[in-house]
Amino acid sequence: MRKESELLPGEALSRRVIPAGDYWIDTVKMGQTLRIVDVEGNQAADTLFFNAADVAEGYSAVDTIREQCNVYLSCGSKLLSTAGNLMAEIVADTVGRHDTLGGACASESNTVRYALDKRTMHACRDSYVLAVAQHDRLGLGKRDLSHNINFFMNVPVTTGGGLTFADGLSGPGQYVEMRAAMDVIVLISNCPQLNNPCNAYNPTPLEVLIWDADVR
Amino acid sequence: MFYETVIEGGKHWSLTVRAGTQLRIIDRDGGANVGMLLYNPQNLLERYNAPDTLKCQHTFKLTKGHCLYSDMGRIFCSITDDTVGWHDTVCGNANRELVASRWGERSYQEYRNEWTQNGHDAFLVEGGKYGLGRRDLAANVNWFSKVSVADDGTMLFDLENSRAGQFVDLRFEMSTLVLLHTCPHPLSTSLTYPRNPVALQLSKVPPAADDDFCRNSRPENVRGFTNTELYRLCGGGGE
Repeated sequence: MRKESELLPGEALSRRVIPAGDYWIDTVKMGQTLRIVDVEGNQAADTLFFNAADVAEGYSAVDTIREQCNVYLSCGSKLLSTAGNLMAEIVADTVGRHDTLGGACASESNTVRYALDKRTMHACRDSYVLAVAQHDRLGLGKRDLSHNINFFMNVPVTTGGGLTFADGLSGPGQYVEMRAAMDVIVLISNCPQLNNPCNAYNPTPLEVLIWDADVR
Repeated sequence: MFYETVIEGGKHWSLTVRAGTQLRIIDRDGGANVGMLLYNPQNLLERYNAPDTLKCQHTFKLTKGHCLYSDMGRIFCSITDDTVGWHDTVCGNANRELVASRWGERSYQEYRNEWTQNGHDAFLVEGGKYGLGRRDLAANVNWFSKVSVADDGTMLFDLENSRAGQFVDLRFEMSTLVLLHTCPHPLSTSLTYPRNPVALQLSKVPPAADDDFCRNSRPENVRGFTNTELYRLCGGGGE
């Protein structure tokens, strides 16, 4: 379901551009709102959440889709943890559908999907591994890098059990917004993928904005 | 076949298998569910990755010809035969609260081995035996369970998917730690806590030939087998 936000960028607590191939990791406090903007369109924001008070509790794609009985994420989707707790809820979305089945690209899976000589190309899971290594004070490691959300990605499932990678429903300036239901560490890889037509082989920047709870 | 056993419904087990081992799982009475997670015993950080498995093979369901991929671009096992046709890998497990709300909770104190175990706790128990914990759980396979998806994304559980005697064959392509449980599928619409047994049969099988069905079912799998064979040639994942 599409729904526009009433929040004004000028009132945001912080704004930050994430270039393609880079990562962003920060804490979003309970009640704060996080907006991710697809600045130039058809970019993938590979996103993970961790409970800031207990990082062994992370976002769970399988619990999230099963409890809402729908494989796509949009406005109203409750993002659940591995313990079944509400981590955040999508409260605005101008796109209408986001993927959480396809996972993040990796140099290793690129060898399978595209060609063995793609193994040295940059990938989201390398950004994730670097992020947790450079922030090892958080206590996160590779084992915590589970199945993520791909905001702005369109991965339709067919009734016969196929999985397709369709052209994105997103476009320049489209955004998705979620309100944190607990203090969460958010980790976003701005996807560097150069082998997939879904971003027209052209990875572009994302922007993240955070609003305090009392703005809403 | 060098070993056969039955795992009753609502239980869990784990085993380590070498490359060249076949595991046949038989739904003995119909309606079974087998939750399964896979890890590399030489590097437990390498584990079954459902998203990679699905996107590498452009599939939402698992059946004959598909391979189960690790996050490192290698193949733990191939599905060499399957009389069911559809197995789920995106629904995860029931936890204690879900089991209690759907079927009521039976405590061990009162019901002993007829208690209502759940898949989430079953994986924590089996994984804990190898140093794995909450952080290491991933999207698991639910053998014999079918969840299809309507055009709008709605998920639909099929209570009639698997019948008595139907089976799936897994050929392991590298050494693999297998965690499994026979607890109910989290979307099961059974009116009572389903407690369905499976038979497990272990045997030795030859390695995948050049014209192997799973290897050639997609160009991606040719490359997945190459990655796995390179790993074994370099001394990993083998005997």
